[in-house]
Amino acid sequence: MAGPTRGFLGRRRERDPRLPPGQYDAGRDWPVLTAEPTPRISPGTWSITVDGRVESPTTWTWDEAHRLPRSEYRGDIHCVTTWSKFDTWFAGVSVDTLLEAARPTPEAHFVVATSKTGYTTNLPLADVTGGKAWVVWEYDGGPLPVEHGGPVRLLVPHLYFWKSAKWVTRLTLLQRDQPGFWEQNGYHDRGDPWREQRYQGD
Amino acid sequence: MPRAVELRLDVADRVQHLAGQHYVVRLTAEDGYTAQRSYSVASAPGNPLVELFVERLDDGEVSTFLADVVEPGDRLEVRGPIGGWFVWDGERPALLVGGGTGVVPLVAMLRTARELGRGDLLRAAVSTRTLAELPYADELLEAGALVGTTREPHGVRPAGRLTAADLVPLWEPGQTAYVCGSAGFAEAASQLLVELGIPATDVRVERFGASG
Repeated sequence: MAGPTRGFLGRRRERDPRLPPGQYDAGRDWPVLTAEPTPRISPGTWSITVDGRVESPTTWTWDEAHRLPRSEYRGDIHCVTTWSKFDTWFAGVSVDTLLEAARPTPEAHFVVATSKTGYTTNLPLADVTGGKAWVVWEYDGGPLPVEHGGPVRLLVPHLYFWKSAKWVTRLTLLQRDQPGFWEQNGYHDRGDPWREQRYQGD
Repeated sequence: MPRAVELRLDVADRVQHLAGQHYVVRLTAEDGYTAQRSYSVASAPGNPLVELFVERLDDGEVSTFLADVVEPGDRLEVRGPIGGWFVWDGERPALLVGGGTGVVPLVAMLRTARELGRGDLLRAAVSTRTLAELPYADELLEAGALVGTTREPHGVRPAGRLTAADLVPLWEPGQTAYVCGSAGFAEAASQLLVELGIPATDVRVERFGASG
């Protein structure tokens, strides 16, 4: 850790305790960051599959997913590019509900989420179970906008937001960790904003 | 107040960057408060200094400090190079499409090509409100970039956003497209490329919002 920067006072003296280190409050904005062109996916062609190390690989269509018990998240989200957004409201289904149906085998310890675009991100299974992760299609009471991952994205709000794969279509359970897109491109494997795990080596 | 500054940093024992990568600049106050932002590298890897282009945002906590307070000789905490996706390897043909300050990583690619003597590999189209507001305008024009201006005509080209007619002549099969700019620009430009028939998997996008 370097010492103080000459002449830097910093502006935000009253720091909101909801802000993890190095983050700022984006306020009403919701910046868009993606590495690829935004795909246009109609709900009719979307589905979500849970496969890999599970007893019964399962696929839900849009309608089938909507018949699952509704689950909501109200709280904050944090992007590795240093913005945080407070008091968001998402709705969809808990990942726990999907896993209950697919039944992970004892050797399942990790998950890779895959988007319709081919984007991938990896997570420890423990980070998507126990009420910590959702597959969501609603934001603020309306359909999730396409630039924010609509019609459906993964939501893992306790980790940096690149883990919340936009346009998610598959969750594959694995025995061993398998780095995803950003994780192969210099970013941290887990991405806990409270530990500031931004890049490899943090 | 300057609209932007170019910071040239002497980074000890640095890892050579690839064109398109960025650095993080982290500022620390006396009481330990920190603020950090990412800035694209504009220089080619062969340059002994690392050049960062910083647009000064009036309400930006970090960019106002870098533009108004930092003086030659100051020490800054930096981290980099970062990013393994929006990078050009110096070997493959590429189409570069940038908007506003989004041209900065593309300038690094053009400089790298010049260093390698492989200017033939790159085609570039950039969009700016006016020529005066375009970072590295002279260099972009010299490298043969198509410059579209949205608020004034430029040469025979009327004012307006980049269109398919601008990009089609620059496109060749086998190119990777690199699109960089604001979220709105990047969205429009990347959709335009996809509509032209460029496989979405060959389009790499770097979007940024004003982040101070």
